[in-house]
Amino acid sequence: MSAVLTVARLDCFYGEVQVLHGLDLELRKGEVLCLLGRNGAGKTTTLKAIMGLVRAQAGSIRLGERELTQLPAHEVPRAGVAYVPQGRRLFAELTVAENIEIGLMARGKGVSTREAVLDLFPVLRERLKQRSGTLSGGEQQMLAMARALCIEPEVLLLDEPTEGLMPSIIARIRETVGRLRGLGVSTILVEQRVDAVLPVADRVAFIENGRNRETVDVARLREDPALIRRYVGVG
Amino acid sequence: MAFGPHLLLATLEGLVTAAVLALTALGLSLVFGVMRIVNVAHGEFFMLGAVLAWAITTVVSGNPAIGFALALVLSPLIVGAIAWVAERLVLRRIEYNPEATIVATIGLLYIIQQLALTFYGPEARPVTPPFNIRIQLPWFGYSGYKLSIIAASALLLLATWFVLTRTRIGLVMRATQYDRETAQAFGIPVGRVYGAVFALGAMLAAIAAVLIVPIQQAHYLMGLDPLLLSFIVVIIGGLGSLRGTVVAALLIGVSDGIISVFFSPTLAKIIATLVVAMVLVFRPQGLFGTAAK
Repeated sequence: MSAVLTVARLDCFYGEVQVLHGLDLELRKGEVLCLLGRNGAGKTTTLKAIMGLVRAQAGSIRLGERELTQLPAHEVPRAGVAYVPQGRRLFAELTVAENIEIGLMARGKGVSTREAVLDLFPVLRERLKQRSGTLSGGEQQMLAMARALCIEPEVLLLDEPTEGLMPSIIARIRETVGRLRGLGVSTILVEQRVDAVLPVADRVAFIENGRNRETVDVARLREDPALIRRYVGVG
Repeated sequence: MAFGPHLLLATLEGLVTAAVLALTALGLSLVFGVMRIVNVAHGEFFMLGAVLAWAITTVVSGNPAIGFALALVLSPLIVGAIAWVAERLVLRRIEYNPEATIVATIGLLYIIQQLALTFYGPEARPVTPPFNIRIQLPWFGYSGYKLSIIAASALLLLATWFVLTRTRIGLVMRATQYDRETAQAFGIPVGRVYGAVFALGAMLAAIAAVLIVPIQQAHYLMGLDPLLLSFIVVIIGGLGSLRGTVVAALLIGVSDGIISVFFSPTLAKIIATLVVAMVLVFRPQGLFGTAAK
C-alpha cells in the first residue's frame, strides 16, 4: 500500500528539551496506525508536530508529495489533515453548531458535509444550539470527531479518543474509526490502553523516548504479547 | 433648577460619558479578550483619533458636517492602520508575551505621544461640531450633538455585538479567544486574527475620540484619562466581556455624571476606584467575566 503520510528523522523540542529524536513513521492509505507507548514517550508531540503546532527542528513530514514542515499551522488542516486533540479541546463557550461551523470553515465545506457528519453522530443534531461545554463526556468526544471530520480529511489524527469514556461510547468511536477506514481515511490513533487499540488498528508503532522502536502488524502483536510488555509495560 | 430636572441633566451628561467610555473600553476589552494582552497604548490611539479629526476638519473647509463625516471615516482607518503596523512590527515579534507586551506598549505610548507633541504641538485645539441643534426639554435645553453621541455609540455597540455573535468573522474571533492552538488546528490564521483585532480595538478608541472631540478639544495628553477609565470599566465588567463592558461603562459613566453634578468630579473618581478595588477583592473576574480555570 502507498504511504499517504511519511514522517522521517523528525526532531522536536520543548524549549531546551528534545522530545522527538529522529522519529520515523509511515501511514498507509486507508489504514489505522496506532501509536502506543508510555506517558511522555512523545506520542502527542508527534501528532502536534504533524499539525504544525510544535515546530520540527529537523526532519520532514510529507503528506503525499507535499512537505508540511514548512507550512504555517493553519495551512495543515487545509491540506487535508484533521486533528482530534487529547481532552477534546472543544470551544466550550460555543454551541455545537458553531463548533461544527469552525470545522467546515477550514476547507470551505458546506451543508452536504455537515449533514453527512451529523448523520454519523445523530445525537449532535438534537443538541445543535447547546453550549458544547455542557455536553456529556461521550457527546463531547463525538463533537470533537464530528468537527474534525467536517474537514473531510485524508488523514485523521486521534489523540486518546476513548480516555475516560463509557464502554458503549468507546464501541461507538471504534465503529466510526472502522467506518472511516472503509471510506479511505487514514488514521493515526494514539492510545494508552492496548485493549482499545487491538480491535481497530491495522498496525501498531511503539514509541519510546521520542523514537519509533518498532512498527508491527496487529496480527503479529496478537501472537507475540511480549512486545506490548516490552514497550508499554502491560500485557 | 429643581431636583428632578437637575438629576435628568446629570444623567444625560453621564450617558454621554458612558457612551464614549463603552466604545473605548470595548476596544481594550476585545484586544485583551482575544489576544490576552494588555495594551497600555490604547489611550494613545484615542488621542490620535482626536488629533487626526482636528487635522482632517481643519483641511476640509466649508460645511463642518462634511469635514466631521470625513474625520469619522478616515481617522479610525488611519489609526487602525497604525495599530496594525505596530502589531506586526512589535507584538508579533515578541510573540505576544504578556509581560513583554506591557513594556512594548508603554514604549508605543511614549512614541505616539511624543510624535503628536512634535507634529501637532502642546495646544488643546477645538473641533467644530457637525451641527448645532438645541433640543428644548420642558425644564432646560440640551445639546442635540451630545444626544447624537449617545445614539451613535449605541448603534456601534450593537453593530459590534452583531459582528461578534452573528457573523463568521465574529465566530473566528471567539474561537481564537477561547483556544488559540485548536483554532490553528482548524485552519484559523491566528496571526492575522490578532492583527485585525488589534486594529479594530484601536479603531473603536479612535471613533470614540472623534465623537467626543467637539466637546473636549484635542490635546496630545488626552489619552491618559480614557485609558484609566477603560481599565476601570473592563475590570468591573470582566475582561473580554462585551456585555460587562457596556454595563460597567453605564455604571461608571452615569454615576460619574450624577456625582460630579451633585457633589464633585473628584468624589466620582474616588468612588469609581473604590468600586474597582471591591470588584478585585470579591469578584476578580469582573461582574460578567469567567473565572480562570
